[in-house]
Amino acid sequence: MSTNGEPLVVADGARSRDGVTAREGDEMLVEVEDLVKEFPIRGGGIVKRTVAKVHAVSGISFSLRRGETLGLVGESGSGKTTAGRAVLQLHRPTSGSVRFKGVELTTLDSSGMRDVRKDMQIVFQDPYASLNPKMPVNDIVGEGLVVHEKKLSKSERKDRVRELLSDVGLRPEHGNRYPHEFSGGQRQRLGIARALALDPDFIVLDEPVSALDVSVQAGVINLLERLQDQHHMAYLFIAHDLSVVRHISDRVAVMYLGKIVEIGEREKIYAEPTHPYTQALLSAVPIPDPHQEKVRQRIVLEGDIPSPVSPPSGCRFRTRCWKAQEICADEEPELIEHEPGLLSACHFAEAANPLTLSVKGSDGTKLVV
Amino acid sequence: MSESHLEEVPLERVDEASPDAAPSAEPLLVVDNLEVRFPTDDGEVQAVRGISYEVREREVMGIVGESGCGKSVSSMAMLGLLPSTAKISGSAKFRGQELLNAPDRELRALRGLKVAMIFQDPMTSMNPVYTVGKQLAEAVRAHHEVSHKVAKNRAIEMLELVGIPQPKSRADSYPHEFSGGMRQRAMIAMAIINNPDLIIADEPTTALDVTVQAQILETLESVKDEVGAAIILITHDLGVIAGMADRVKVMYAGRIVESGTAEQIFDTPRMPYSAGLLGSIPSMDSSGTLLTPIAGTPPSLLDPPDGCPFVPRCPLAVPECDQSEPGLHQTEQPRHEAACWRWEHLLTVDDPRLLFRTGNELVDAGIVDSEAALTGGDQPVATERPVADTTVPHESTADELGINEPAAVDRATDTTVSHEPATDEPMPDETERRS
Repeated sequence: MSTNGEPLVVADGARSRDGVTAREGDEMLVEVEDLVKEFPIRGGGIVKRTVAKVHAVSGISFSLRRGETLGLVGESGSGKTTAGRAVLQLHRPTSGSVRFKGVELTTLDSSGMRDVRKDMQIVFQDPYASLNPKMPVNDIVGEGLVVHEKKLSKSERKDRVRELLSDVGLRPEHGNRYPHEFSGGQRQRLGIARALALDPDFIVLDEPVSALDVSVQAGVINLLERLQDQHHMAYLFIAHDLSVVRHISDRVAVMYLGKIVEIGEREKIYAEPTHPYTQALLSAVPIPDPHQEKVRQRIVLEGDIPSPVSPPSGCRFRTRCWKAQEICADEEPELIEHEPGLLSACHFAEAANPLTLSVKGSDGTKLVV
Repeated sequence: MSESHLEEVPLERVDEASPDAAPSAEPLLVVDNLEVRFPTDDGEVQAVRGISYEVREREVMGIVGESGCGKSVSSMAMLGLLPSTAKISGSAKFRGQELLNAPDRELRALRGLKVAMIFQDPMTSMNPVYTVGKQLAEAVRAHHEVSHKVAKNRAIEMLELVGIPQPKSRADSYPHEFSGGMRQRAMIAMAIINNPDLIIADEPTTALDVTVQAQILETLESVKDEVGAAIILITHDLGVIAGMADRVKVMYAGRIVESGTAEQIFDTPRMPYSAGLLGSIPSMDSSGTLLTPIAGTPPSLLDPPDGCPFVPRCPLAVPECDQSEPGLHQTEQPRHEAACWRWEHLLTVDDPRLLFRTGNELVDAGIVDSEAALTGGDQPVATERPVADTTVPHESTADELGINEPAAVDRATDTTVSHEPATDEPMPDETERRS
């Protein structure tokens, strides 16, 4: 398809900058275009001038349909959490556009935002810090109803909360308890119940299972999948655990230093990623199987992610990339389709299996057993 | 350059208690019936309830388990790192020398010299007001009568060994100037600086990104060969265990419940808990399938049950399991032990991970055709045992698997934590203490 550097244009008018092959009659729920979020760093002195900027998110675009899950992965510091919050306008974006059900959010005033907010929710990473320890569960879960569903009587609200609690697998009679009386997994379920209270269309899940033990994590993931089927919600699933993301996502976007470097269908991303960073990231994931894991080769990246205050010129990954050449420093690669259903931003993109590392012409690749 | 330092400065060990030539089959560390209890206002928490194991020279022994299972506490007990309120009993002998309740002076001579520890969080385990080089040099000078200069050179050499670029200038940096991965490397450098025989790595990569984790594990692997140390690798990440460990101990509720080679544990788990753990992780090559959580939560260690502590969560449990707690016993494979009364049952099951599928998930997975057939009370699955003859009315799975399928499945059965242990005691206390 479009491999000549032009953004891919899809027939039904929805610009696909993220590997979505738009289906007939599908309504885009969330459309994000060129989203930029910069945080100023202010100097000392009396006049706090902005001396530098943290380029947390530098122009990302993606879209989400109803009932779809987009996984957003990357190392810490890649800007994935900022991206999630900027989409919800919890951080006002520096520039770019976020459309939710066709409504442009970046220009909405706060009362306009309030109406939209009930349809967009977030579940936070840390179930210990994100629940008010002084509020009983009924109030935590029901708070959104108090604000947005003013018609509801007290008893109706209570019934709704009970329903929500049992929906997420908690006992309704525990509604009078306080957050500290619950285990980590149960608290995360409370966070999910709170997000569900207003029957949203879109939930940002910011590392929802990272703080949980694996046996508990599995239950929460299953719950999220079941709820999505029941309520037909779209998820933006932010996580650094690639196995979890693979499990839950329909499509996956890989972020590196504020940019999406690769985005596409889940199977494509995991089976034949074309961006070197995705390949390295996937090859670093330990496989819980001693036979495979002990013989497997992996790409071990040198060093750490660079500072987002002064990101490298050109391709931001070039400082750690084994394929990097002069062009990578001079010219920023565009996010274009190299393989069907997969867009990546690399001058030297080529598909490779991250598990076997069968890279075609992988001269210079640092392979470490 | 680094090479030359090593030769110039032969670091003689000040303390000469060790018979250095010990390539025999004698284990390096023998832990016997180690118990750790913490008195609290609510009673005594039995954090470690009698564990025994051996670590041989140069092997990597993995200890895996969920939070609160006692995996870290057991190794900290050995090094005398627990608060003085902890009640420790049993025995842990390092090359024949008793570690438990040993006088501080003896432990000090050992810690950092022959037994080193790598902690999970390198930010809080390094001193923020001293440079990294100084802290590493201090580790050398604590055990060797050498000059500051020699110690510093040794520190630089170690930083280079663990892959820190420009080790000379980096040695003068403070911990906060390092990134997370570099700090963990510095921790490893500090651990190996005195050529220890045993390194205890407590969740060494848990706080790190996968790419950095790969770097650290690689470093750990190579320095282990460099200094010829054995490693006790404590982690909850089965992927890390799979790649690193020769032998694996699975811990649950303060006990070792399964022990064997990594291959044995991963291929043929003989304790339902291990099988459940394996089934609950999403893996890179199995996507789209439903995960199988282990319903319920571990028992409170304030008052551990008389029977097997896994009973409330176990799909195989029968009434006898409540009678007494199983010890580790030999399975059909050599050197593979499991603490389960019903391990033989697992022999008949092709994929033990499926045991933890509850009825609801069987519906989702298309194994059972209607959810309506599964409606039960509001009871958690686990409390429905014993289920000798009650089976979910579905076609064949339970029979195929040769197990007693947990019965009466409500629609919330895939939801793990809501299910309290079978006892009807109020949950708050329990969850509170565990967290």
